[in-house]
Amino acid sequence: MDALELARIQFGTTTVYHFFFVPLSIGLAPLVAIFHTQYVRTGEERYRRLAKFWGKIFLVVFAMGVVTGIVQEFQFGMNWSAYSWFVGDIFGAPLALEGLLAFFLESTFLGLWIFGWDRLHPKLHVATIWLVVLGTHVSAYFILAANSWMQHPVGYTIDRITGQARLDDFVAVLTNPYLVGQFSHTILASWATGAFLVLGISGYYLFRQREVEVFRSSARTAVALAVLASIGVAFVGHEQAQHLTDAQPMKIAAAEALWETEAGAPLSLFAIGDVQDRRNIVDIGLPRGLAILATNTLDGEVQGINDLQAAYAEEYGEASYIPVVGVTYWSFRIMVGAGLAMIALSLFGLVTSLRGHIADHDRRFNRWWLWLLPWAIALPFLANTAGWILTEMGRQPWVVYGLLRTEDGVSGAVGTGYVATSLLGFTAIYGVLMVVTIGLIVRQVRTGPPEPVEGEELDDDHRTFAPLGAY
Amino acid sequence: MEWVNLQTLWFALIAVLFIGYFVLEGFDFGVGILSRFLASDDTDRRVMINTIGPVWDGNEVWIITAGGAMFAAFPLWYATVFSSFYLPLFLILLALIVRGVSFEFRGKRSDDRWRWWWDQAIFWGSLLPALLWGVALANFVQGIPIADNGLYVGTLWDLLSPYALLGGVASLSMFTLHGAMYLALKTEEGGVIAERAHALALWLGLVVAAGVIAFLGWTYLNALAVGDTGVVPGIIPVSAMLAAVAAPILVRERLHGWAFAATTAMIALVVLTLFLNLYPRLLVSSIDPAFDITVSNARASDLTLTIMTWAAIVFLPIVLAYQSWTYWVFRHRISRASVEAPSDTPMQVLERRLARHRARGQERDT
Repeated sequence: MDALELARIQFGTTTVYHFFFVPLSIGLAPLVAIFHTQYVRTGEERYRRLAKFWGKIFLVVFAMGVVTGIVQEFQFGMNWSAYSWFVGDIFGAPLALEGLLAFFLESTFLGLWIFGWDRLHPKLHVATIWLVVLGTHVSAYFILAANSWMQHPVGYTIDRITGQARLDDFVAVLTNPYLVGQFSHTILASWATGAFLVLGISGYYLFRQREVEVFRSSARTAVALAVLASIGVAFVGHEQAQHLTDAQPMKIAAAEALWETEAGAPLSLFAIGDVQDRRNIVDIGLPRGLAILATNTLDGEVQGINDLQAAYAEEYGEASYIPVVGVTYWSFRIMVGAGLAMIALSLFGLVTSLRGHIADHDRRFNRWWLWLLPWAIALPFLANTAGWILTEMGRQPWVVYGLLRTEDGVSGAVGTGYVATSLLGFTAIYGVLMVVTIGLIVRQVRTGPPEPVEGEELDDDHRTFAPLGAY
Repeated sequence: MEWVNLQTLWFALIAVLFIGYFVLEGFDFGVGILSRFLASDDTDRRVMINTIGPVWDGNEVWIITAGGAMFAAFPLWYATVFSSFYLPLFLILLALIVRGVSFEFRGKRSDDRWRWWWDQAIFWGSLLPALLWGVALANFVQGIPIADNGLYVGTLWDLLSPYALLGGVASLSMFTLHGAMYLALKTEEGGVIAERAHALALWLGLVVAAGVIAFLGWTYLNALAVGDTGVVPGIIPVSAMLAAVAAPILVRERLHGWAFAATTAMIALVVLTLFLNLYPRLLVSSIDPAFDITVSNARASDLTLTIMTWAAIVFLPIVLAYQSWTYWVFRHRISRASVEAPSDTPMQVLERRLARHRARGQERDT
């Protein structure tokens, strides 16, 4: 393997890994903030215990997101210096703004939230966690603005002397039509991820009928969020597919293994392809499904891989412009399949929640549902990972669509040995940390929420600075 | 923004971000390193970690923002630095990863072996970056073998010249001293940790002063040798040396607040000296001055720099304001009792405050 392949594997591995923690942070933060707010508003003990319990899990997840995020920022320059040089004028600004507007905000106010229990007025204290929520969302916006530009470059010109991309219109970059879809899709998916973690762990408790009062509350809140997010993400995804049909037709064609251009194309459900011959051996599909998905009409035309390849070869020169069809095709199906399963589970939750027996262990269907929930925690992670693999691998061979090929973005000065070393190093440390992180979360779940506090002590003399001992 | 030289402004702003990073995370690194030497037991270590608990993550964002600013303002600089310093940056990343999670993870279980591992991570994860950042910055100034278009053609050994290693030793010792002064201010007055930090600073301060004088002296001689001293007004490096000499004297007088101010000034001025010496270059090529990365050949477009300038004008003061406020909120010293106090959980305290709050509300209502 050469440095290019290793660098691609490293980027894929570290990014997928980083994105286990990011959506969980984005999705858990608002839930922690909601529970904390409920506590400050009502003073009810169960909300205090929930804020504390989910807060602890959130902190573990957030820490992992932070430390793996630094790798992401450094990696562009380390392994992809030619790419960085080419896109820096446009890509760098959102990254810098992410640091200035989002990272400072979330890390500083998270410190205040963790250690501020004794120091800050309760209302001010609860505001700090909402600022963390704001920070995580602003951060997502800027990094997705950068990624959207790679998917669908806008607001730029190519410098005639150096050949670099030059910023022409920053507002266009920040309001990229691709970004509108991608940001909403990612945020809703993140909320679904947070909701399903909370739902899964609440289900674990309710199935065992432990701490029912506490986890009934968190299950109900999480169900509401899960319904909103899992249905919302599907609608936005549909919009994105339509946009993609114009912006990156090859990605849609590859995701559907649609080799030939077709009017009223079916939506493929299962296909076995022959990539050599560029055709499918087996293809079972929903009639006209793809036409509806991509164009909202029954007989809309969707371009096939072979025609697109011919058109690109003419436009950009003789080469293959076909992404790995098997990977794009199946990652799309995994994403949609997991998403549909999440919609089904959350809708069941909505019904049982509205009927008021979400925690009822004796109703047969409800018991099965509660038993399923912990396993369903895997669903959003599956969907998120598959979604990013589809997005990024479906764009190949481009790193910046239509402007720069991935093979031209790699660092010229970095040898195979260096990339191999860092790939091995990151993989090893990430592997160990994954075991530790899951172990800590499981431990936290087994320990359960903090003990309820009895009575109300007003004795101010015994106040110590105990909260500072949070570590 | 024609009234201002944008590339110089961004050179200056990136210097400010680096100074902010080294001053703030400098003491975090120092505390991490000293947690091995000054603590007598687990409680001491917890006291020390808790002195930086609420702030270390916010401090680390300074380098993330500096990296982003390099990327945006001088793409060629970012691309060249990060691919040239590949292995050192890889080690720094590993260090920052294990160190970052260890603060969060170490307290999660009370078994000794678990904590021993995270203590190792905190120590090495603080020591390695403290050393390597100095090596990297010294190399910016001294020059590394980069060819045309920012392609690094050297090996790892080209980054480890005696001058660069001296830079590393200087940064490591400066941060350790800075951390000791921070601990003297943030732990119980007269307590074991503060006293040990004081005793260490008495002799470490002398080492640091010697190191800073040697490093800055060598920097100046290097610059003279090639007949290019950048724009260093002599007063900056001289002030850096004076601050370095003042620190151990102030420690001897037990003026720990002033000593901390001195180590802060020293770090800021040393970094400033390097950046001034560099200007208008960003990264020196040891092969040919024609291959130097400079503010003019690496800069981004006017539009990008203008947008970034407005963002910095609006948001940097806000960031400074809320980070300063955080330091104000957590200005108190931390004692062994404060991390031990088993009966008073944070939630109990909040509970009491809430109850009080509501009681006052009811009084008002009736």
